[in-house]
Amino acid sequence: MTETQNHQRKHLVLLFSLAVGMFGFAYALVPLYQVFCEVTGLNGKTSGRPADPVTISDTLVVASDREVTIQFLAIVGNGMPWEFRPEKHQLRVRLGEINTIDYYARNRANQAVTGQAVPSVAPGAAAKYLHKIECFCFSQQHLEAGEDRYMPLRFYIGVDLPEEIHTLSLSYTLFKVPEVQVAALVDKQS
Amino acid sequence: MVVQAQDIPHRSSLLAYIARWLLTTNHKEIGTLYLCLSFTLFFIAGAMAMVIRLELFQPGIQFAQPLFYNQMVTMHGLLMVFGVVMPAFVGLANWQIPLMIGAPDMALPRLNNFSFWILPFAFTLLISTLFMEGGAPNFGWTFYAPLSTTYGPPSTDFFILAIHMMGISSVLGAINVIVTIFNLRTPGMTLMKMPLFVWTWLITAFLLIMVMPVLAGVVTMMLTDRHFGTSFFSATGGGDPVMFQHIFWFFGHPEVYILILPGFGIASQIIPTFARKKLFGYHSMVFATIAIAILSFVVWGHHMFTTGMPLVGELFFMYATMLIAVPTGVKVFNWVATMWRGSMTFETPMLFALGFVILFTIGGFSGLMLALVPADFQYHDTFFVVAHFHYVLYPGAIFGTMAAVYYWLPKWTGHMYDERLGKIHFWTAVIAVNLTFFPMHFSGLAGMPRRIVDYSLQFADFNMVSSIGAGLLGLTQILFLYIVIKTIRGGEKASAHVWEGAEGLEWTVPSPAPLHTFETPPPFPVIMDNSERTQLDE
Amino acid sequence: MANRLRNRLTFAILCSFSYTTYAAEYDLREGVTEMSQRIQALHHLSLGVCVVVGIIVFGAMFYSIFAHRRSRHPRPADFHESTLVEVVWTAIPILILAALAIPATTTLIDIEDNSDADLTILITASQWKWHYQYLEADIGFYSNLTTPMAQINNLEPKGENYLLEVDNPLVLPTNKKVRFLTTSNDVIHSWWVPDFAVKQDAIPGYINEAWTRVSEPGLYRGQCTELCGKGHAYMPVVVHVRPETEFDKWIDDQRLARELASGQAVADRNKEWSIGELMLIGEQVFLSHCSTCHEADGMGQGSTYPALAGGNIPTGPLSAHIDRVMNGKAGTEMQSWAPQLSDRELAAVITYERNAWGNASADVIQPKTIYAAR
Repeated sequence: MTETQNHQRKHLVLLFSLAVGMFGFAYALVPLYQVFCEVTGLNGKTSGRPADPVTISDTLVVASDREVTIQFLAIVGNGMPWEFRPEKHQLRVRLGEINTIDYYARNRANQAVTGQAVPSVAPGAAAKYLHKIECFCFSQQHLEAGEDRYMPLRFYIGVDLPEEIHTLSLSYTLFKVPEVQVAALVDKQS
Repeated sequence: MVVQAQDIPHRSSLLAYIARWLLTTNHKEIGTLYLCLSFTLFFIAGAMAMVIRLELFQPGIQFAQPLFYNQMVTMHGLLMVFGVVMPAFVGLANWQIPLMIGAPDMALPRLNNFSFWILPFAFTLLISTLFMEGGAPNFGWTFYAPLSTTYGPPSTDFFILAIHMMGISSVLGAINVIVTIFNLRTPGMTLMKMPLFVWTWLITAFLLIMVMPVLAGVVTMMLTDRHFGTSFFSATGGGDPVMFQHIFWFFGHPEVYILILPGFGIASQIIPTFARKKLFGYHSMVFATIAIAILSFVVWGHHMFTTGMPLVGELFFMYATMLIAVPTGVKVFNWVATMWRGSMTFETPMLFALGFVILFTIGGFSGLMLALVPADFQYHDTFFVVAHFHYVLYPGAIFGTMAAVYYWLPKWTGHMYDERLGKIHFWTAVIAVNLTFFPMHFSGLAGMPRRIVDYSLQFADFNMVSSIGAGLLGLTQILFLYIVIKTIRGGEKASAHVWEGAEGLEWTVPSPAPLHTFETPPPFPVIMDNSERTQLDE
Repeated sequence: MANRLRNRLTFAILCSFSYTTYAAEYDLREGVTEMSQRIQALHHLSLGVCVVVGIIVFGAMFYSIFAHRRSRHPRPADFHESTLVEVVWTAIPILILAALAIPATTTLIDIEDNSDADLTILITASQWKWHYQYLEADIGFYSNLTTPMAQINNLEPKGENYLLEVDNPLVLPTNKKVRFLTTSNDVIHSWWVPDFAVKQDAIPGYINEAWTRVSEPGLYRGQCTELCGKGHAYMPVVVHVRPETEFDKWIDDQRLARELASGQAVADRNKEWSIGELMLIGEQVFLSHCSTCHEADGMGQGSTYPALAGGNIPTGPLSAHIDRVMNGKAGTEMQSWAPQLSDRELAAVITYERNAWGNASADVIQPKTIYAAR
């Protein structure tokens, strides 16, 4: 093989690998994006996991006098036949103090429906200071036809919440989980 | 077009003719194929623009129902971006890069053939979606989730396949360009002695390899969201519609530089020729282009300022986007300095190149205005943005392509185009382009959103003027087609050198260029034979 | 001397007159908030910079085209580089950009300060209308386009506020900081009021914050600014800003209206409605809400918007039909109408769909049936 052909082959392999690598990079952007959001809390996403029990007792010991307002919102996705609302629209809470609030859900339809509540916090920067001990958003909620339920949310706001935040808004958007995914979940559990 | 009688066997059967074009590995013929495909799709996508402008001529719904209108808007964008501008630039690359670097052909001729022939299938598939149940894609060429994932019509999956096919074509073509440029330059042509058109294509090819796969990734995620139970972009499953925008625009912003950099290269070839003066600041031009390419990777967020981005993100993207104005400005200043104290004549290629510089710069100005986030809150998703990108794309990419076609057509065909008709084309196009797109700045500032089939009364006058301009613009394309065909079929014989001020290896071969050129590497720097110059007086 | 002064004054007056009459049409509006005014100023600044740079650059080009054309300048110069010049024309643009970045940054920082609002409104976008919920006052309503199809289809002359009029505008008080939380329950939309310079995407599953403070009462109109399907052009935003006392009274009126509506609903479900009454109301409801997708003649548009005339659901089991209309179909544009329409309206439209266009089911659905299905 001539020197040029050798070079060409090398370049070809390199460039093709670059292309394939960038395709992988597109997929890598997905976890990268999640990590970036979690680390910076910039997306308003709360973590989908319950708060660490050890942390709870630490923050309770140093509960502050500072109070903030937290507003509760409920949005029902299109085609989701549930009534869905928080029992209170807002609470005045102290940082570090554990509070509980119920969200009420009722399935209006005449068949069982499974829903998934997706949380979002505004301002986005406050999200990582909202620690949820127990939340109906951690798992799918299943209601039979006509069934209703009160779903609790137990949370506290970290004492390290930045000074400039005085009001938080926490919304849950309730989406219908397609039967296919529900069936898969049931199969997995049985 | 480039037929030399001795080059093909004398079997004039239809089958032989078809086989020749299907199987050719010759860079000139493949270049021609790309340019013909591009021109055909230009008329199809242009017809869709006519439908859009005809519907928007007056408020109310005249004949295009909203769903159909949204399909027209979407397909117009997809075809223009992927079917017109990109194949046209690849066609020009195929024709010109080997000629400009003194290579006999592209490094990978069979790959070249494959890269082209994917495209007719891809575009047939894409256009056929118009006739499918549910209609063609109707969610804008930017196909945001969840409109495109959950709510897209059945044809969306075919759209995804077509995108994959186009992406593969682009990536393979780009690999070919890079391998060719790195390996097949004639001895003596170091990288910093290459013509600027070759430089801009080298950089464009790297951009293509880096971002087309990201586009492939995002449409694959769309596909699995639609059919295979994933939730990349759906909040229900823990996904994020905004993440779609991040990944899409990570591709999308470098993509728009892909759509303009070869145009910059073309201007850098044409202006020195007709100013009879070397390009000013060759090194600067190269570094500026590289700077633009690198910066293009870190500005994608400027398409997303209203999505609820945190302040620090908004500031970062604002500053980075403003920064791109600097190397772009440097390029414009260098073109002007090339003109300065030159000795200019204004044949059609020069007219289009100068029109490119002026009107693209106007598009650049609206781009700078859009970069300022608070102001962008009023401009985003209005016709101000539509004005901006049509100024950089039409007088930018399209005028650049037309300039290149007029410039190199004598070399390709051996005939001079009709200069009088070329000038008529230019001047009517300039008037039409400004009539069509300038009022869009005003309708956007007045509050007219994008992608709407119908609008309230205060936008009516601006829209009427735009629609009249668009009609005129459509007519100029027919004139252009006529000029091109006329030149292919005959005209004043062109010399090898064609343009008095032209420099470069492509001007040392006869016009029309023989099917096989530079089968041995030519000497470089070029020794021009003065007796071959064509004097073109005004 | 006096003559020249008078001429200059006249010229200046004419210029400013033409500016105010013509520029208003062509300029970005000043708006009615501090932020919209600062944004307009920023717009003028960047436009001014671009115009000046354009004049210089294009001026140089046109001069060169004139002075350095071959007939005038037969011998081209041979300079083709200068490091000094490159540095200068790199540095000067950077300085100009910095000058633009400063007001842009300060304005942005103020815009992104959503704290300490006086009231909060949750704006939920859907295909193709807005829902406004006042968090503190606990009232909420839908806001639909009211421009008649006859105007859109050019059968009637278009009204002054063509495509920018709604049944229930958002009502806000003057001089209060209002915080908007935007979200969507289907695809991405975007809420924009140009006079406030507030534009915020409404993204399903997420809430975004924005704020405004308006000092001038009035009606302000905007539109959805993110492609959201076939009705994207048909979901305007109308905000009625009222002095504070009027606003407070309006809130009370809304609460009263809600009570009256539930009183009315009780009366509705205690009554036995005739098919004639229901068909009349049902046709109105159908034309206002359903015909954009299912067509006035019930023929629909392909499989995306199924035909109701002879369709499976209107001629099939009643319970499935009621379920579909009340609860919509997830993943499609068929909405849940239960939150948006009253028992009477739902009963009427379902009765209409089951008896119109040759669907001769003779079913009569009473409001109390709907109430039971909620």
